[in-house]
Amino acid sequence: MSVDTATVAKIAALARIKVGEAELEAMVPELNGILAWVEQLGEVDVTGVEPMTAVIENHLRLRDDVIDADPLTAGGKRDAVLANAPARQDGFFGVPKVIE
Amino acid sequence: MTDLTELGVAAIRDGVAKGDFTAVEVAEAFNANVAAAQAALNAFIVATPDAAIEAARATDARRAAGQPLGKMGGVPIGMKDLFATKGVQTTAASHILEGFKPEYESTVSQNLWNAGAGMLGKLNLDQFAMGSSNETSYFGNVISPWRRNDGGNAAMAPGGSSGGSSVAVSARLAPAATGTDTGGSIRQPAAFTGISGIKPTYGRCSRWGIVAFASSLDQAGPMARDVRDCAIMLEAMAGFDPKDATSLDLPVPEWEAGLSGDLKGKKVGVPVEYRMDGMDADVAASWDRGIEWLRDAGAEIVEVSLPHTKYALPAYYIIAPAEASSNLARYDGVRFGLRDLPDGAGLQDMYAATRAAGFGAEVKRRILIGTYVLSAGFYDAYYTQAQKVRTLISQDFKNAFTRCDVILAPTAPTAAFGLGEKTDDPLSMYLNDVFAVPASLAGLPAMSVPAGLNREGLPLGLQIIGKAFDEQGVLNAGLAIESRAQFSAKPERWW
Repeated sequence: MSVDTATVAKIAALARIKVGEAELEAMVPELNGILAWVEQLGEVDVTGVEPMTAVIENHLRLRDDVIDADPLTAGGKRDAVLANAPARQDGFFGVPKVIE
Repeated sequence: MTDLTELGVAAIRDGVAKGDFTAVEVAEAFNANVAAAQAALNAFIVATPDAAIEAARATDARRAAGQPLGKMGGVPIGMKDLFATKGVQTTAASHILEGFKPEYESTVSQNLWNAGAGMLGKLNLDQFAMGSSNETSYFGNVISPWRRNDGGNAAMAPGGSSGGSSVAVSARLAPAATGTDTGGSIRQPAAFTGISGIKPTYGRCSRWGIVAFASSLDQAGPMARDVRDCAIMLEAMAGFDPKDATSLDLPVPEWEAGLSGDLKGKKVGVPVEYRMDGMDADVAASWDRGIEWLRDAGAEIVEVSLPHTKYALPAYYIIAPAEASSNLARYDGVRFGLRDLPDGAGLQDMYAATRAAGFGAEVKRRILIGTYVLSAGFYDAYYTQAQKVRTLISQDFKNAFTRCDVILAPTAPTAAFGLGEKTDDPLSMYLNDVFAVPASLAGLPAMSVPAGLNREGLPLGLQIIGKAFDEQGVLNAGLAIESRAQFSAKPERWW
């Protein structure tokens, strides 16, 4: 499978990355080169093989069912959460107008 | 007085404990080397000399009070700028995180501070750890202290993504540094610069507070001058962390105490598929010497087969970008980092403009590949197929380890290349990780140790891959090579 300019433009839109015309043209052969190379995986017989989900067997833990069990990741951190925001107001993240 | 910057982790720890010198003297010596090398090598994005002195003072005070100094007591280190450090800019070498000052400390860095280490600064790297030559950093290339012996002064790649780490250790700017390894990012730069580095079993070191690239692969590890120093530092970094869902709930072994270069009764596997057509003659010769060294250490050498080796790299370049495209979705210009808000732009335009301005070309390339392979209609053909191949690669190793205890291979297909030599062709850059990626996909511990110089006078590394959880076996085989390679070359100081 190979991609054309329209497909790359669509992927970039899905990925929320603005790409100019010239950049788009340059990306098409680069991405096609990589995609053509990874397609050799298609020749591997994977009949009956399960896709890997965990590289080292482990079980998912549940934390203690206690409010603020870990103080580091607990609530009450509004100012810390907002500290690096490019725009903030009244304890909220600031964003451009969303609803007309 | 001896030059303190010639000392490694163990020598500094022991010297400070004995009172041969103070931790402050050590920190001052390394701070001076960091400052003197910055313009030429660009290893650090931010130097933190005051933090190094402050930690050293604390160690000296503990010693004066007769308190224990910790596994890394008095040892100043470089911190790859992928680890969140409270109040100190953390960028992943990207524009989109420029100015980001975390409100929290990563588990691994906190473990190191708790063990008595101090921070010399935040080390440069490939942007979001995506690269093999440290040429994708927003903050400029890192320059290797090594040069070819042809009398020229071409700038050499320090390897990547942990290029600042490899340069800091090899140029004596730090006795040790943290690295992270997603598909070779500790081992390949270690090999390129003549130092040691180990990626432990996936889950040994907490990923909490490490800027995420590909979460099923990312693993932190130490980079240092020798095997013992790596063992000491890995003990300090590793450990169960409930804040990381994939953290291994296992005690941390005493790897330093367990070091032994005697391999009697051990079997070393040599994978036939790694001996590729057209292999670099110096790399092949160094591998052969490594085999003889391990035989001399008492090991039995056996041939093993890892039949899916050639598919590891293409599988990696589906899985890693897929995970990256998902992980990097968080950079949206809202919660932290850069915001680019063109006049009259709405929310969606702001996202797209911010990410266009904030990510470098290689990061965009991988996000786009990842988005494509995960998109509707292509997911099974690419992503599911790659994860099935990953199962087969992991199975290859399990089969091989029924016949041997560790595997010996080259770390990289060549010695360091010059900056700019591979930047025009992403694929040729990716191929540099051909020997490193399989162990990453299988989550296995793997280490690079220096094995000699090639005909151009550049370092070559040998890689030891171990069974899951057997860092000790990897370190011991590394020690056996180290004691026979007697690698003492270091870059001549030109900076």
